[in-house]
Amino acid sequence: MKNWLAAHRRAFTATIRRLADAPLATLFNITVIGTALALPLGFYVILANLQSLARDFSPQPQLSVFLAQDAAAADVGSIERRLKAHNGITSFRFVPRAEALATLKSRAGLADVIAGLSRNPLPDAFVITATGRDAAGLDLLRSEFAGWPKVAEVHVDSDWARRLDRLLALGRYAVLMLAAALALALVAITFNTIRLQILTQRDEIEVAKLIGATDAWIRRPFLYFGGIIGTAGGATAWLMIWAALLVFNGQLRPLSALYGIPLQLAHLTGADSVAALLFAAALGWFGAWLSVRRHLTAHNPI
Amino acid sequence: MTHIALSNVHKRYPGGHQALADISLSIETGELVFITGHSGAGKSTLLKLMAAIERPTAGTVIVNGQNVGTLRPRGIPFLRRNFGLVFQDHKLLFDRNVFENVMLPLDISGFSRREGARRARAALDKVGLLHKEKARPITLSGGEQQRLCIARAIVHRPAVLLADEPTGNLDAGYAAEIGNLLREFNQVGVTVVLATHDMQLAARLKPRLVEIRGGRLAS
Repeated sequence: MKNWLAAHRRAFTATIRRLADAPLATLFNITVIGTALALPLGFYVILANLQSLARDFSPQPQLSVFLAQDAAAADVGSIERRLKAHNGITSFRFVPRAEALATLKSRAGLADVIAGLSRNPLPDAFVITATGRDAAGLDLLRSEFAGWPKVAEVHVDSDWARRLDRLLALGRYAVLMLAAALALALVAITFNTIRLQILTQRDEIEVAKLIGATDAWIRRPFLYFGGIIGTAGGATAWLMIWAALLVFNGQLRPLSALYGIPLQLAHLTGADSVAALLFAAALGWFGAWLSVRRHLTAHNPI
Repeated sequence: MTHIALSNVHKRYPGGHQALADISLSIETGELVFITGHSGAGKSTLLKLMAAIERPTAGTVIVNGQNVGTLRPRGIPFLRRNFGLVFQDHKLLFDRNVFENVMLPLDISGFSRREGARRARAALDKVGLLHKEKARPITLSGGEQQRLCIARAIVHRPAVLLADEPTGNLDAGYAAEIGNLLREFNQVGVTVVLATHDMQLAARLKPRLVEIRGGRLAS
């Protein structure tokens, strides 16, 4: 176990030394990988910011519950009690039919029309503000309220939430597709880099095999190589986005002063950053593994 | 004790060239054996069969009681660690210095860096190259390169030293030096098998001679 760990540490330091021996090539490799990763990560950052902006600035979703024409005061009272006990709503307001009619009357041009009516056609109504914001939760509330006695109709103004949900889902798909395409690119880049490494170290590999190196021993530094340039590429992408946000937020400051709201884009959260780095490392490692599998068996002495 | 045993070994390369035919040979532990014969007789192939670098087309090769032919591929690296190999073309690594070249077998067998360095310096001292440990192999003379190759072959203290033409291309003085080194290893119990056509060396070391002619044992 101690030997095994020491062998890993040695493979790791040997790989670092090899990377440092060709600083320009290493820098270019890492930059290419970093750029490839910065694109999907950047889009992800923008999406996450849009999501939180939408959450902060969207109006509270409301439901309108219209009662039946024949609803009596007792029915109104029972619904009021139910709403008071309900924990899915923030607040509610009762709009009696007379008040609704008066509001309508005060609108320009409608007074004459309403004056011509023999009776008030409007029902009693409750305007309810829900706690949750997601479309699914609002739908659930709607079907619940619709099932109550003397409730004729429930309207949800969740269209905006639905649209936003769809748009964000679309954005997430776009990010996923971009990430998949660029992950493929990253694997291809490391695959090729490792192929060149194997070619330049051909003699070393041959000699090592002849004097008793196991395949794992030969593979190890290349896998480290892939993992390290993957991680470094991920870190580069993170720094690129950080720099871009720094510039962008600087430009946003006068704008947010004009609107009187804090408009600042946030970077990836700690957990997301770690996940992105691990993902980059895994992709680099995988590219290296594919390459080693393909190219080490090609000139195997036995 | 029999160290290496070949029985009825044939080796035919892809393309039809018959390198060895019906070789039966057994080498005892601690023996000093010269495989002789003209160029292309099959000396190198015989050494490669012993170190599992080539596999026989027919017959069996047994090293330390292990049948090389039936060894799993995973077992081959560990079999090879019993050998110290001196290659005809040296196979030194020119992108690292003398010391790192000698460290390679120790890295492979998992020695700690400190213990490895101690052994590497001892091996370099043995072949008289300790003062050149920082030099690049390309700057060494032919004889020094050969000695470096021997240092790398013996640094992990193998039980068998297989050397392919270790004195080829060397002038008589260097050749005698290499010969002395090989004899010293043999005297401390290492089985030494040499492929060579250096009969002067044979006359001095008085090894057991095995001659190959056209892929067959001569006598």
